[in-house]
Amino acid sequence: MAFRYEVRLSGSGGQGLILVGKVLAEAAAIYDGLNATQSQSYGPEARGGASRSEVIISDGDIDYPKAENIDIMLALTQEACDKYVVDLKEGGILLVDSQMVTNIPKGSYKVVALPIIQSAVERLGKFLVSNIIALGVITKLSGVVSEDSVKHAIRARVPKGTEEINIKAFYTGIELADNWLGKHGSLL
Amino acid sequence: MENIPNPNVRMWQGNVACAEGAIAAGCRFFAGYPITPSSEIAEVLALRFPVIGGNFIQMEDEIAAMGAIIGGSLGGAKTMTATSGPGFSLKQENIGFAVMAEVPCVIVNVQRGGPSTGLPTHAAQSDVMQARWGTHGDHPIIVLCPSSVRETYDLTIRAFNLAEKYRMPVILLSDEIIGHLTEKIEIPEPSTIEIIDRKKPTDTPENYLPYKMDDSDIPAMANFGEGYRYHVTGLAHDETGFPTNDPKKIRAQMLRLNRKIQRFRNDIVEVETFNTDDMDVLVISFGSTARSAKRAVINAREKGVKAGLLRLKTIWPFPDKEIEALYKPVRKIVVAEMNLGQIAHEVEWATRREKPVVRVNKIDGEPITPNEIFEAIIS
Repeated sequence: MAFRYEVRLSGSGGQGLILVGKVLAEAAAIYDGLNATQSQSYGPEARGGASRSEVIISDGDIDYPKAENIDIMLALTQEACDKYVVDLKEGGILLVDSQMVTNIPKGSYKVVALPIIQSAVERLGKFLVSNIIALGVITKLSGVVSEDSVKHAIRARVPKGTEEINIKAFYTGIELADNWLGKHGSLL
Repeated sequence: MENIPNPNVRMWQGNVACAEGAIAAGCRFFAGYPITPSSEIAEVLALRFPVIGGNFIQMEDEIAAMGAIIGGSLGGAKTMTATSGPGFSLKQENIGFAVMAEVPCVIVNVQRGGPSTGLPTHAAQSDVMQARWGTHGDHPIIVLCPSSVRETYDLTIRAFNLAEKYRMPVILLSDEIIGHLTEKIEIPEPSTIEIIDRKKPTDTPENYLPYKMDDSDIPAMANFGEGYRYHVTGLAHDETGFPTNDPKKIRAQMLRLNRKIQRFRNDIVEVETFNTDDMDVLVISFGSTARSAKRAVINAREKGVKAGLLRLKTIWPFPDKEIEALYKPVRKIVVAEMNLGQIAHEVEWATRREKPVVRVNKIDGEPITPNEIFEAIIS
């Protein structure tokens, strides 16, 4: 039976979550030789409003391309967390920004709260790379794609001239996840 | 493991695949007016055409864009426009002109929720009947519905081929889910792609009849600028292209216009079947919803219910014969679509209401889930 891994990236329009979805899907499909789809759902606003981007990764065919039994969900805003957590599966991972999401919805999933946005601002001086830090955390926690593949996919996708800061952001995310795992033990 | 990606394997959005498919088909003229969720098609072609020698024009509105691609095609180019809901409504008058004047061109409608401005960023499949009858008068039309990114590429090429072959507008009816879905595609080698070009006249310019009645039912088409002069009009016309009020000539031309599709229907209609050999329940779907339907059929089989899927790749002309060939042994038919039953109605007609037709419909912008179709199969 083919495996199917579902990722939902949620937050507010303009946070770069569609880009993260595309990078993750490209890492899986182009560099890791798996199948992947990326889709999105957003409102008519150019910025703001709860938005989500979804990635399905599988070693078989992906018929239904939307997430409905989510393995890992990222929430960068409280609104998105409240709105989109419903499809997170039992035992799935809820990854939240610890400053933006203070009210963790109740449910039988594992919660990982990390200072994603704060790390972007304080360690890299750029709020904008929060999304790639989150990608680093997801890469580490999910283990569904290889770090190398995600690195290649980031370089191929991000605007020219921003490769280095984005790679740094990616490793900042890996480190955040490593520290969390060190403190809390394995997710399993 | 060293990561050496295959350069032909890409992660493309459906809309990107549409633009690239158009280029592969030989399209070198695009006129449009941007509208969500179709805008990426225009974006890609605006970038690509200047590099490969094509022309991109952003017109003042959708009506003008449709007019521009008719003109471009009369000049000999393969032409396309892309739009969504409200823009598709605006194009209807000129789509009728393209049908009447027999001008090959491709119109892409990436469906969103309607009516009116409706749901700009959310999917629907509710333009099925508008694609068929949006423009007035008895007219033939060809409408293709892709279910994946790769199929968007393939059916865009096919839309151009059918337009050129039958000298008429062809509609590619995508939807927001497929248009905005990014998925893996292996781009085929150009040498493996079949490309069809319009039939050119063999008569001299003096003897050329642009709407000639002959056995083929498809008159040869001269490009403007190549020495052939003829009259193009939306009015009923005779073989010369000039307007006529002669009932005999009008009847002959109108019957030929519609016969083009009736006669070559088997060449145009494409469907795909999945698990239909021993089925008790026939599921019919198309576009993005067909993906949910396929999952539902697989899940039903796992529960011991013999379900099968008929996926419509061509929706107009309607695949009635293909449905007829399948429905007799089944106990019921499930039709899943993101509208209130536009295809279900056609299915009831094609099956003479001999079987219960269960409708799975959704019109709130959200996709129909596999489970919603599964419930209809097993209920």
